[in-house]
Amino acid sequence: MTKEEAENGRDEMEIDGCEQREAIAIPEGFNPNYLKVFYDGKHPGCDQSYFGRREFSFTLENDIYLRFQSFYSVSELENSIREKCPVKIDIGPVYSVDPAKRRAYAQTGDNVFTPVERELIFDIDISDYDDVRYCCSGADVCLECWPLMTIAIKVIDTSLRDDFGFNHILWVYSGRRGVHCWVCDGKARRLTNEQRAAIADYFRVYMGNENSHKKVSLTGPAFHPFLARAYTDVLRNFFEMKLLSSQNLFSTEERYEKILDMIHDESVTSELRGKWQENRRSTTSKEDINVIRWEQLKSLLQSGKQKGQGLRRCIEEIVFSYTYPRLDMEVSKHMNHLLKAPFCVHPKTGRVCVPIDPNQCEEFDPTAVPTLSKLLQELNMGGLKSEVDNDWDRTSLGKSIRFFRTSFLQPLLKSCKEEIESSYNAKLQQSKNSINW
Amino acid sequence: MLLTYIGVDKVAKEGGVFFNLFVYSGSIPMELPEVYPACEVENKAMRGSPPKTFFLTRKNYYIEMPLTLKYALRPNSQNSRQLKKSVFTLPLYRSAPVLEVRLEDFELFAMDRLRVLKGISDGLSRGKKPEEMEQLEKDLWRANMRHPEASEVVNKDIISHFVLRLVYCRTEDLRKWFLSMETTLFRYRFRHESAEAQRALMAKFGLSYKAVSSSEFECVKDKLGQVARSLGQPLPTADAIFYKVPFEEVPELVAGRRVFIHKGNAYIASTQVVSLVATQFRSHLSKALILTNRKWTSTMREQEKDRLAPIVEALCTSYLGPDYSQPKGFSEISVKDIDDLAKSSFPLCMRHLFEKLREDHHLKHGGRMQLGLFLKVGAERFDKEYAYSIRHNYGREGKRTDYTPYSCQKVISSTPGVGDHHGCPYRHFSEENLRAALNKMGVNSRAVEDIMNKVQNRHYQLACTLTFEAVHNSSCDAGINHPNQYFSDSQKILQSKIQSAPEINN
Ligand SMILES: [Zn+2]
Repeated sequence: MTKEEAENGRDEMEIDGCEQREAIAIPEGFNPNYLKVFYDGKHPGCDQSYFGRREFSFTLENDIYLRFQSFYSVSELENSIREKCPVKIDIGPVYSVDPAKRRAYAQTGDNVFTPVERELIFDIDISDYDDVRYCCSGADVCLECWPLMTIAIKVIDTSLRDDFGFNHILWVYSGRRGVHCWVCDGKARRLTNEQRAAIADYFRVYMGNENSHKKVSLTGPAFHPFLARAYTDVLRNFFEMKLLSSQNLFSTEERYEKILDMIHDESVTSELRGKWQENRRSTTSKEDINVIRWEQLKSLLQSGKQKGQGLRRCIEEIVFSYTYPRLDMEVSKHMNHLLKAPFCVHPKTGRVCVPIDPNQCEEFDPTAVPTLSKLLQELNMGGLKSEVDNDWDRTSLGKSIRFFRTSFLQPLLKSCKEEIESSYNAKLQQSKNSINW
Repeated sequence: MLLTYIGVDKVAKEGGVFFNLFVYSGSIPMELPEVYPACEVENKAMRGSPPKTFFLTRKNYYIEMPLTLKYALRPNSQNSRQLKKSVFTLPLYRSAPVLEVRLEDFELFAMDRLRVLKGISDGLSRGKKPEEMEQLEKDLWRANMRHPEASEVVNKDIISHFVLRLVYCRTEDLRKWFLSMETTLFRYRFRHESAEAQRALMAKFGLSYKAVSSSEFECVKDKLGQVARSLGQPLPTADAIFYKVPFEEVPELVAGRRVFIHKGNAYIASTQVVSLVATQFRSHLSKALILTNRKWTSTMREQEKDRLAPIVEALCTSYLGPDYSQPKGFSEISVKDIDDLAKSSFPLCMRHLFEKLREDHHLKHGGRMQLGLFLKVGAERFDKEYAYSIRHNYGREGKRTDYTPYSCQKVISSTPGVGDHHGCPYRHFSEENLRAALNKMGVNSRAVEDIMNKVQNRHYQLACTLTFEAVHNSSCDAGINHPNQYFSDSQKILQSKIQSAPEINN
């Protein structure tokens, strides 16, 4: 609920909320607010308290955790970072009031301390894929399993843009085992928790777990257009061209049994099992055994004698199980969830959380991301000759910063300005109308 | 002797004084100190026949029934215009109309409506299917919301809604429940309206969406057909009406991938309009409840500390069954004792979670919520004492509302993913794992077969009830609806066994 509504509610039991507040009339000829623009460069429609209501949280060494930090200006934030030297900086929502003063507001009894804006965020962790990757486990990641993250970026990014119509999307390497996504459009920032949950659920495909054998559940006689596009444009190709061989999905009995478990037809599984057990003794073929077995499985399931869509659906279910993005749902569903700031240095790996260009995410190599020590070395090698502003340009971080500025920050600033401009003009128009009236 | 209580709240408006009425039943105290004449109230609120007896004490108002009152919750010329038009459609409860009501009806109407809402709530928590719910809603409405005078039916509908709104505005949990039940009710009723009435209702919500033009329809026809097929529905015909709405307005259709979405717009079929309208209904009511609560918190609660507040409490909890959100639970019990309790009295869903927690010292969010709320231990304490690793930095401030332990319905409808251990084992375990778990609980093989039979027919709560009966060797006629109910019923049985056991001399 907005503050305005809250004020109305105090006076009387307002049910419609349709009572109009009196608009402030502004003389047409001279507007003192324009002077303000002239002097400080801030648009009069700009909400000056906005930045100060944003929560930052710092994790210091020794696991000291400072929540609800807020700053009135960028320089104040910078000074605090320099002074406290946090190992991790998280960004939270913009609250209704300055989060540092939330206790004072809590005294008043009204629950006015509440998040009002927050980027729509997604968190994808490679450790959630441990049952479908054999190269690493836990927090480890290598070039063999990283394509799982590439798939996630491609599927989610396309949908956020094409389906939901968002434009200002930032993908960031989390510094160790996954990726973060920030959707920053004004519309995205103002989504309610329920709407966030709806988007997260739109992306969710039930994956099952160790307690149930069922891996994915793709019900219905056809795919929703979103799933169909994900499957034909991304999942199938990545599965067949990359993961099948790189993860050796059919190379051992244990591995192919896991896949056979997902086929609910005894005759099919026993036929394949028979073939593969024999095949093991005579592996003379030059072709990749994973590819051969996958083709055998596919042709048997698609063959005419196997009736029923259910069996053909098995192929898709297997591909989904091994490729489909696994989001941490809770992160996306709530406005007040914190997420690590871009360009932080991961405390365990020393790697910088650099942005990932979704259009070139296939080329992203997490093992080549610059570390703090590398950056310091590069800076030292350059000496102190150049100007401060261009210092980073010479390091291996330069490219990331340029990408962040030109592809994300500048377009976002432009659209924010336009938004402020148009809502301010609408207000002016409204007040003009009210004078005439 | 039944007395009905009213609290009167004055709202000064131009052209007269109007009153908000809070009506609750209460019992008569032994003595009535300091009786004041209620002249002001009498003069202004009670036009028409004066009350037979009226006491106004420092503690309570008492009015003897029956009497007739004129009241207005919010006078507004626009509303009264709307009222005239809307007599024959479903009321939207946007504003309380000016009506003449017999005081006794206030309470009776509210209770009748509460029976409907409670019935819906029970039906949902038993996991009834949509068709069954439809029938249930119809039956409940017919049984409770009729009125001998046809002209009074709409009034009864509106009055009962507004009285309950006052009762259920006061806490987040109450608001959530009321909001959810009223929206469910509205949804069923909306579907039974004629197409014309549905359009009129849409217009009232300001949902003046234009139907997708035939040229645009041609462009997206394939996608719309794909969505229809994915839902197992017939393909849309050329004359089918679709509306294009911002996706934010139909969150439940988005969540279920039941619509085609393109560039921020959802294409909804005319049969899905109910979702759009229900979302509007819900958001209006949600705001109204918060405003009503604000009103309550800012002025009424303090004024009514000793009189209204406890009565309101009684009215809403007595109909909602046991309140498992009360913070009495395992907070005083050590981890060691919980081990024993888990074996003897936890339902399988919680037992499994607890075992996993002891094994891994870690649960993912869904499991921490399900088990933590069951144990009634706050999230922070849970992390500190039961789990060693915290995966994410949840915003703890402002999240104080999620303190209601999950019901079976909520547990069953959850969707545990990789590495998760929450959910309902009867629904989410494979047959093999469930059999193993039941054996471990000591369920005999015959009972296991009965349980598996229920599971196959997707009667998960019945399966849990059978497990309870097998484990405790005792019947459970009410059935299991809530993990905390399983626990308390189990403890009751175990304690009675201890008491009735013959004493043994050492
Ligand atoms: Zn790897």
